[in-house]
Amino acid sequence: MIKTRLIPVLYIKNGLIVRSEDFNYHQMIGNVVNEAKRYNEWNVDELIYIDISRESSYDLRRDDHKIKSYSTIEEIVKTISQTCFMPLTFGGGIRTLDQIDFLIKNGADKITLNTGAIESPDLIKQASEKYGSQAIVLSIDYKLIDKKPIIFSKFGQSDTGIDVFDWIKEIERLGAGEVFLNCIDRDGKASGYDIETIGKVVDSTRLPVIACGGAGDSYDFVDLAKETKVSGIAAGNWFHFVERSYPRAKQLMKKNGINVR
Amino acid sequence: MKIGVVNYGMGNIASVCNAINFIGFEASVINSPNELETCDKIILPGVGAFPVAMKNLNELQFIEPLNEKVISKKTPIIGLCLGMQLLFDSSEEHGKHDGLGWVKGQVKDLKSEITLTVPHMGWNRLEVKKESKLLIGIPEEELDYYFVHSFYCKCENHADIIAAVNYGIEMDVMIQKDNIYGCQFHPEKSQKSGLELLKNFCNL
Repeated sequence: MIKTRLIPVLYIKNGLIVRSEDFNYHQMIGNVVNEAKRYNEWNVDELIYIDISRESSYDLRRDDHKIKSYSTIEEIVKTISQTCFMPLTFGGGIRTLDQIDFLIKNGADKITLNTGAIESPDLIKQASEKYGSQAIVLSIDYKLIDKKPIIFSKFGQSDTGIDVFDWIKEIERLGAGEVFLNCIDRDGKASGYDIETIGKVVDSTRLPVIACGGAGDSYDFVDLAKETKVSGIAAGNWFHFVERSYPRAKQLMKKNGINVR
Repeated sequence: MKIGVVNYGMGNIASVCNAINFIGFEASVINSPNELETCDKIILPGVGAFPVAMKNLNELQFIEPLNEKVISKKTPIIGLCLGMQLLFDSSEEHGKHDGLGWVKGQVKDLKSEITLTVPHMGWNRLEVKKESKLLIGIPEEELDYYFVHSFYCKCENHADIIAAVNYGIEMDVMIQKDNIYGCQFHPEKSQKSGLELLKNFCNL
């Protein structure tokens, strides 16, 4: 049977990997390519890169003297795809088909759409017709408001008023191939996954769902895999700060009867 | 040794070339049929829809030279993902369409036969049916490969099947008929186990 995927998410800001909290506070962690090498050695299932740079171009003055930053996303995608032989997803700030062409041409297997898809849903259709649904991941950031998951766009700052379940029906119709579901309230909080919402979302769609937000220790992965039919479990911060975090998490999942690689 | 990667406008051939170069061989992108002549091995990659792929191969006039190279001259070829599906007689993706017809069998719609999530996306373990040179040196517990597809292959001759995977239905995901090989999964995206498989192909 198909295995539950465990997926590190790397947030890139101005060419460097950062740790994220509340979608707002970002701490520089390291060089994009060095981090990729580490994940390659850990034999990870898949990698997701999200560029959260606020500015349209990288501000190199922010460069830390000890850490080399990369000046363009092109350079990042190219370099990573030459050394990492796993599925690579890139996203963040995508608004046009040209940007998608560019990422896929340079080595991305999938791209994520978030605010761009909300502003222009037709982009989902155009992109999936050109590259196939499997390449188009819809990234959805939500907060619970009166117990309902409501989508926030523009780096999680802007309340769209759209219900997650309604939006997933719509994106499935438009040709999206996968959902990357991120709980804003739990970003960087290490408080565990929002299992209830994730479970409901997974049951509401035939699209594979990757869930993110709130991993605090490896048991959070086990709980989420046991209690939902989630297709992928993603985490950002946690993998950066715990020694040999990824292989140890996989071991624990295996020990608890989760079908992982 | 020249490993030719056929570029017929279907998907990202860069990742296949990156993998071949990484394992110490040299990938040559084959943009026109006359470049096939000097290839020692051929890789037919592909992401996208079956009818478009066949149309592109036709329009770029790849079909005859490929037949000559693969059927007459017996040059080893491997089809990856959509590239494997093209090796078969026909596919039912967007109507019925003929394939290259080198391997007996059909490509069928997964969605109409199972209730599980489609595409079949993620890592799955191969169920080996027959020994293959491509799997030499890869331990059984490492036969996990990355899949992403909505249509699946069904061989007519059991002898052609190297490995299958069960996902609500049994799918033939790795095949060999003489010098013709195919993988439904993406070895170029399957970490060490995938790179080993590609290395075995290049070393044939």
